[in-house]
Amino acid sequence: MTRPGAVQVAAQPVMALRGCGLTYPGETPVHAVRPVDLVINQGDHVAIIGPSGSGKSTLLNILGLLDRPTEGTYELTGIATGELSDVARAGLRSRKLGFVFQAFHLIAHRTAEENVMLGLLYGGTPRRLRRGIAREALARVGLSHRVDAVPARMSGGERQRVAIARALAVRPALLLCDEPTGNLDSANAGAVLSLVGDLNADGMTIVTVTHDTAVARRAGRTLTMRDGHLTESGRPQDTWLGTGHGIPS
Amino acid sequence: MGFRRSTRGDRPPTFTFADLLDEAISGIVQRPSRTALTALGIVLGVGTLVAVLGLTTTTANQISQRFNVLSATEVLVKAPEDTGGDDGAGSSRSLLPEDADDRAMGILGVVNAGTFRTVPADFVGKISNTSVDPGGYQDIDVVAATAGFFDAVHPTEVQGRVFDRGMQERADRVVVLGVNAARRLGISNLDRGPAILLGGVPATVIGILGDTERRPEVLSAILIPMSTAGDLWPTPAGVAANEQMLVDTKMGAAPVVARQVAFALRPDNPSALSVTAPPDPHALHDNVAGDLGQLFMILALVCLVIGGLGIANTMLVSVLERTPEVGLRRALGAHRKHIALQFLTESGIVGTIGGLIGASVGAVTVTVVSVTQGWTPVIQPWAFLPAPVVGTLIGLAAGTYPALRATRIEPVEAFRR
Repeated sequence: MTRPGAVQVAAQPVMALRGCGLTYPGETPVHAVRPVDLVINQGDHVAIIGPSGSGKSTLLNILGLLDRPTEGTYELTGIATGELSDVARAGLRSRKLGFVFQAFHLIAHRTAEENVMLGLLYGGTPRRLRRGIAREALARVGLSHRVDAVPARMSGGERQRVAIARALAVRPALLLCDEPTGNLDSANAGAVLSLVGDLNADGMTIVTVTHDTAVARRAGRTLTMRDGHLTESGRPQDTWLGTGHGIPS
Repeated sequence: MGFRRSTRGDRPPTFTFADLLDEAISGIVQRPSRTALTALGIVLGVGTLVAVLGLTTTTANQISQRFNVLSATEVLVKAPEDTGGDDGAGSSRSLLPEDADDRAMGILGVVNAGTFRTVPADFVGKISNTSVDPGGYQDIDVVAATAGFFDAVHPTEVQGRVFDRGMQERADRVVVLGVNAARRLGISNLDRGPAILLGGVPATVIGILGDTERRPEVLSAILIPMSTAGDLWPTPAGVAANEQMLVDTKMGAAPVVARQVAFALRPDNPSALSVTAPPDPHALHDNVAGDLGQLFMILALVCLVIGGLGIANTMLVSVLERTPEVGLRRALGAHRKHIALQFLTESGIVGTIGGLIGASVGAVTVTVVSVTQGWTPVIQPWAFLPAPVVGTLIGLAAGTYPALRATRIEPVEAFRR
């Protein structure tokens, strides 16, 4: 059963939410995410935009198996995640999902290469293969020359590219980006967005959560989150995003 | 513990023990000063443990050595039933023969031997130095002794001289004063050949014993040749003479001498003599070590507990500080047990390092203290070798709660910080 306004795409779904919502219990329950139907297909680049507190990060946490929905179902690459144990969900995270965070979340005393290898540590990649894969991923984001650099000696853009390389290394089915340019200056932000665009062009399925309309305009498809409700905005150029104005109230 | 086991059957996790060590060591070295402070608690705890155990063993050994040198070379022969019979001369007959010293000296392993007995005060009467106190004393012991007795008590300070076999044979009226007796009698200088009165009988003071290694009670007594005492105050028949013989032996010879001396002195009736041999030095050693060990072990355990609490506290702070890292690892697919194992391994490694350093510090402490005191340092292997393991166990125990706390960190909560 599909809710009104739900997006239906028949071909090669990477993930599908069906009536999926999350409510924090309490005397006054908080509906962080109202029940939503959403299907994202292979190769999609979806931006979820909304103001702070709208529930977009909570939705991303659900997509990233970091939070459990309190209602509905969530299928990731055809696997129903609702009944999975914590261990199984951790396994899925390590193999099917890539994360890029606003704050980079690199381990400060580890080199770029070691940080990327960390992404492979828990996902089943044999120890002997990790270094080579990490170097390939760093090369993919243009950091071949910085494999031995520690985050403290890297620019913000370089750190975010290391984080992207860490996510790419596991060859995720879905790349989840949470405000990927939030801590970057415009030059570095542009470089990171170009990189994300290139990855999408290569077939990577990407979901980006942002409140930055410039970031959202790079996506092929935009969803708007407001007060826990997710609505389809369509192609950025066909919506208010194309006007260059902020998020409509 | 979950390495190389599949969770879903599609691709097995390959988080190996080597990976665990890599991550734990990386976590330890990322904050070297904190690691050092964390390990310091264990260093102090284990160091104290090893030092206490080592010093306990060393001091017990030292006490035992002292005991060996003095007590373990001493055999005392008593004639408890020496009530005597009438020997025809109207005096008590001693159970010890007149040549008792020579007989004892004939035993292999005997270094010195001397006979002595306390003369009853009512035999002697008042003792006085007439030039100082004409009133006199009746509470100063008079000990009749042979010349060999002085050698057996190991006098370390002597002013003047002690009597010899010639004086003994001649029954000279000479006395040697213990330093306390001399003080009471007001005699400190022998230049003028002072004399004292023993029940009205004058005797020349030829020496003052300043100190002895054995029988310190003689320092409060007046010593007079055994023959002289026999002449002056013959023991009446039926009165115990209470003669004793002090035998000084070579190290290790005392038990054998103790078995032989009664036969040498009274081959006709050896059972008449009571021989006191030194106690078993091993038993004494064990008793001393046991007494000290219990006391100091409590102290060491307190130190270990304090060290463990220090590790637990520091690890807990570390977990809180590393919440974002834990959250990241969980987001990247780490299971709770991976997180727990990492923190436990870190605390275990820190505990092991602390145990190793602590054991070394303890050994050095024992050595330094021993060398300073002129002792022989003794550290039992059982007190030293398990120390790193003790450190490991304390580290693991102390890291358990912080590790459990770390497993409760949810990625979502971590990223909100």
